[in-house]
Amino acid sequence: MTAAMGNRNVKIAIFLVGLFIVAILPLFFNESSGFIDDCTLALAYIVMALGLNIIVGFAGLLDLGYVAFFAIGAYTMGWFASGFYAEADIHVFVGEFASSIPGIHVNFLIVLIIAAAFTTLAGIVIGLPTLRLRGDYIAIVTLAFGEIIHRIAINGDEVQIAEGFPLTNGRQGITPVDKIDLPFIEPFTSLNLRPWYWVALALALFVLFVNFRLRDSRLGRAWIALREDEVAAISMGIPAVKTKLLAYGTGAAFGGMSGAFLASYLNTVNADQFAFSFSIFVLAMVILGGLGSIWGVVLGAVALTFINYRLIPDVLNDVPNKVGLDFDLSELSFGIFGFLLVIMMVLRPEGLIPERRRQMELEQGIGTGDTELDLVEP
Amino acid sequence: MTDASPDLILDARDVSKVFGGLTAVGGVNFGIPRGGIVSLIGPNGAGKTTFFNMLTGLYKPTTGRIVFDEKAITGGRPDKIMALGIARTFQNIRLFGTMSARENVMVGEHARMRAGLFGSILRTPRVRREERHVSDKAAEELAYVGLPPNTFDQLAINLSYGDQRRVEIARALASDPKLLLLDEPTAGMNPQESDELTALMHRLRDERGLTILLIEHDMKVVMGVSEYITVLDHGEKIAEGLPEQVRNDDRVIEAYLGKGAVHE
Repeated sequence: MTAAMGNRNVKIAIFLVGLFIVAILPLFFNESSGFIDDCTLALAYIVMALGLNIIVGFAGLLDLGYVAFFAIGAYTMGWFASGFYAEADIHVFVGEFASSIPGIHVNFLIVLIIAAAFTTLAGIVIGLPTLRLRGDYIAIVTLAFGEIIHRIAINGDEVQIAEGFPLTNGRQGITPVDKIDLPFIEPFTSLNLRPWYWVALALALFVLFVNFRLRDSRLGRAWIALREDEVAAISMGIPAVKTKLLAYGTGAAFGGMSGAFLASYLNTVNADQFAFSFSIFVLAMVILGGLGSIWGVVLGAVALTFINYRLIPDVLNDVPNKVGLDFDLSELSFGIFGFLLVIMMVLRPEGLIPERRRQMELEQGIGTGDTELDLVEP
Repeated sequence: MTDASPDLILDARDVSKVFGGLTAVGGVNFGIPRGGIVSLIGPNGAGKTTFFNMLTGLYKPTTGRIVFDEKAITGGRPDKIMALGIARTFQNIRLFGTMSARENVMVGEHARMRAGLFGSILRTPRVRREERHVSDKAAEELAYVGLPPNTFDQLAINLSYGDQRRVEIARALASDPKLLLLDEPTAGMNPQESDELTALMHRLRDERGLTILLIEHDMKVVMGVSEYITVLDHGEKIAEGLPEQVRNDDRVIEAYLGKGAVHE
C-alpha cells in the first residue's frame, strides 16, 4: 500500500514538473514563432485524439468519421462567433471589437459549451444506427457519416436556414472568425500565439483529466466489459445502448471543443478542412500511440502533428528534388502516414506506449471471438 | 408443476423459440417455486441453453409468456431483466479476461450502482464511497464462493478452471439476484470441486434465500441437489417431477440411452 502510494506520489511529481515545463515553454520562443504554432496545433489535436480514444480505445467502437465532430464544432464557432450572419446583430459577452461589428458574436467559452452540446447530439445521432452493428460495419457507417458532413459543408452555401443565413460558406470558408476574447485578459491576436497555446493546453489538460477519471470508473469498467464480451456484459446488467452512446457523446464533445478552438485559431471554417483524411489522421494518432493508452495517445498526437507540420513540409520537403525527382514530399504525406502505420502494425501493433488491457486482448485474442450477440432476430 | 402452485418465482407458459425452420424450444411450460433448487436436464441440443437465453432476455421467445416475480419479462432487455433479479453464469465461462477477479465481480454490481458520467468525472464523495463499497462487496462475494483471498486481484484468466467458475458465480451474486441460473457449472470440475459446488448451492438457498435453476449433465450433482427436475428433449418437455420419478421415467431413459434401452 505504501509502496503503491509512494509510486503514485512519484508519478504526480513527474507530472507536475512536466506540466511546469510545458506551461513555460512558449516563454522561450518568439511570440509568433512557428514552433509555438505547431505546439498549439499539437495540443488541439491531443484534445481530438483523446476524444477519439474514448470511442475507439475505451469503448472499442471503430469510428472512421471523427472529422464530423471537428466540422460541427468548427461550424458552431463560425455560426456563433463571426460576421458570417451579417444581417443578425447579436452580441453576448464579447469584447469591444466584436461588439462593434455586425453578425452573431458570442463569447468563446459559451461557444465552446454550445459546440460540445451540438457534437454530443451528433455523436448520439451517429451512435444510434451503429449500435446494432458489429465492428467492421460500425466503421463503414461512421465513415459514411463523416463524408455526409463533409458534403454538407461543401454544398451548405446553397442551403438557406433562413433568408440570408446560409448553412456554411462552402469552400470559400467562413472567415474571419472571432478571436478568443476572455474577460480580464487582453483580446487574443494572431501576432502573439502564447495565449492560444495556453488555452489549448488548458483544454488538453481538461480532456486528459476526463480520460483518466472515466477510465477508472464504473463507466470505464462497463466499456471494457462491452468491448471484451458483449453477451456477458449485457447479461451482467450493463445497458449496451446507453453505455455506448455515452462513449460516442463524450468522445464527440471533445472533437467539437477542439474544432471550435481551431476555427478561432485558424481564423477560418472551410469545407476543405473536413475531408476523410482528417479522420484517418486522428485515428492514426490513437493507433500509433496505443489504443486506450492515454499517455500513448498524447505522444501519438504530438508525434504526428510534428511529422505533418514540421518534419515533412520543412525539413524533408526537398529531399525528392535533391535525388532528382520532381515533386514535394508533402504531396506524399498520407502515403508516409500509411507507411508508418504499416511499420507499427508489424513491429509494435500495441502502440508506442501500450495499454495493459489492450495489449493482453491483442496477444491473447480476447474480445475477438464470439462475443457479440446477433440481436437481429431471424 | 400445476397451475395451482401458489408461489412461483418464475412462470414460463408455452414458450417456443424457432430459428429459421428449426424449433429449438417448442411450447414449454415451466415453473420454478420460490426458494427451490430446480434442474433442467436433457441430451445435448435439447434446447436447455436456448431456454436459458430466453429467460435472461438474450433471445426473444417466438411464442409464449414469461413472468418473473409477478412481472412480465417476455422479450425484455437482458440488462433490465438482470436488474429485476435474474443473474446467470455461462456454459463456456465468460469472464472478462483482462480484469481481475475482483473487477469482474464489480461489473456484476453495475446495475446496483448509481455513478453517472459527471459523477465519475468529478469523482464526488458519493461516487468514491460507492466505488469503495462495491470493491469491498466484491471481495465478500469472492470469499463467500470460496476463492482464496490472495487471488482476488489476480487476472481472471490466470485462475484455475474451478476458481474461474467460482468467480462467475460471485459475479452473478454481486447483483443480489433472487433467481440464479447456472449453466453447467460443474463442467470441467473434478469430483471434489463438484461436491463443493453442490454445498455452495445449498448454502445460497439456505443462507440467502436464493432460488436456483440449474442446467447440468453430471447426474450425481443433479440428483444430489435438485428438488425438482424438468427434462427437455428436442425442444420439448418430456418429463418432470421429483428426482426419483425422473430417474425411472421411460421417456427420459430413452432420450438419454436410445430406443430399446427401456425394454432390456
